[in-house]
Amino acid sequence: MSSHDRKEDVVRRMLNGPHPAVPPDLADRAAGRGRRMLRRHRAVRAVGWVLLIAAIIAFTVWAVIVQPWTTPPTDTTPPLEGW
Amino acid sequence: MRERRAARESGRAREFAAFAAGAGGRLLHAATLLTGESPGDIPGGPLGENSAAERLLTAALARTYARWDRLRGEDPYDHTRRELATLFAHRAWRYRRPRGGLLGQLTPQERLVLVLRLHEGVAEEQAAAALGLPVERVRAICTRSVALMRSRAPETRRARPEPRRAAGAAS
Repeated sequence: MSSHDRKEDVVRRMLNGPHPAVPPDLADRAAGRGRRMLRRHRAVRAVGWVLLIAAIIAFTVWAVIVQPWTTPPTDTTPPLEGW
Repeated sequence: MRERRAARESGRAREFAAFAAGAGGRLLHAATLLTGESPGDIPGGPLGENSAAERLLTAALARTYARWDRLRGEDPYDHTRRELATLFAHRAWRYRRPRGGLLGQLTPQERLVLVLRLHEGVAEEQAAAALGLPVERVRAICTRSVALMRSRAPETRRARPEPRRAAGAAS
């Protein structure tokens, strides 16, 4: 065992000192907070989906009404040349 | 659908409670070392109402709870430890002030490296990845912290004249 390992071992033993007592309600508090977090994530995801679907519907309706892929009818007659 | 979700929630709550009961003590000890608080002279003594270590651990455990169904086989203990390290690194500036704990004289970054490497036995590469540092830097910080800790071994314990500045605190 190198001296470096031995030094690390000494500190490791120091770190393994007295453990604090775990409050009995710590897990419950964490679980409650985690549950709220999960609910919030789920709500954000649901709102995201609703917005995405609404955007798709709006785009489809607009595309069907305006039909931007058809060429617009020409407003002006082409100039007559060669007379 | 609703019943299935309720059943999953209660199952998750049960599994989480069992995990927290088993791992809580070790994780709280690690959190106490990180925040630099003193667990008191009595082994297993109370930390005091709502200590920083408790708040840190509650936040980390809550994140583990929220991810419980999507851990995909990852050990919840490892996940909680990673969350703990990330949360601590983000809030490192809050823990610069020495609080009389075992690692009170170290900077937050030195404490984090020491706890991850020596107390938790995380490999150098993993610790470096978790902290976003090069492996050599983690090794250097660990060596320096070990030397600092040994220089104030129990028999030569005395207060440092002024707290070390947290230059380059855990980022």
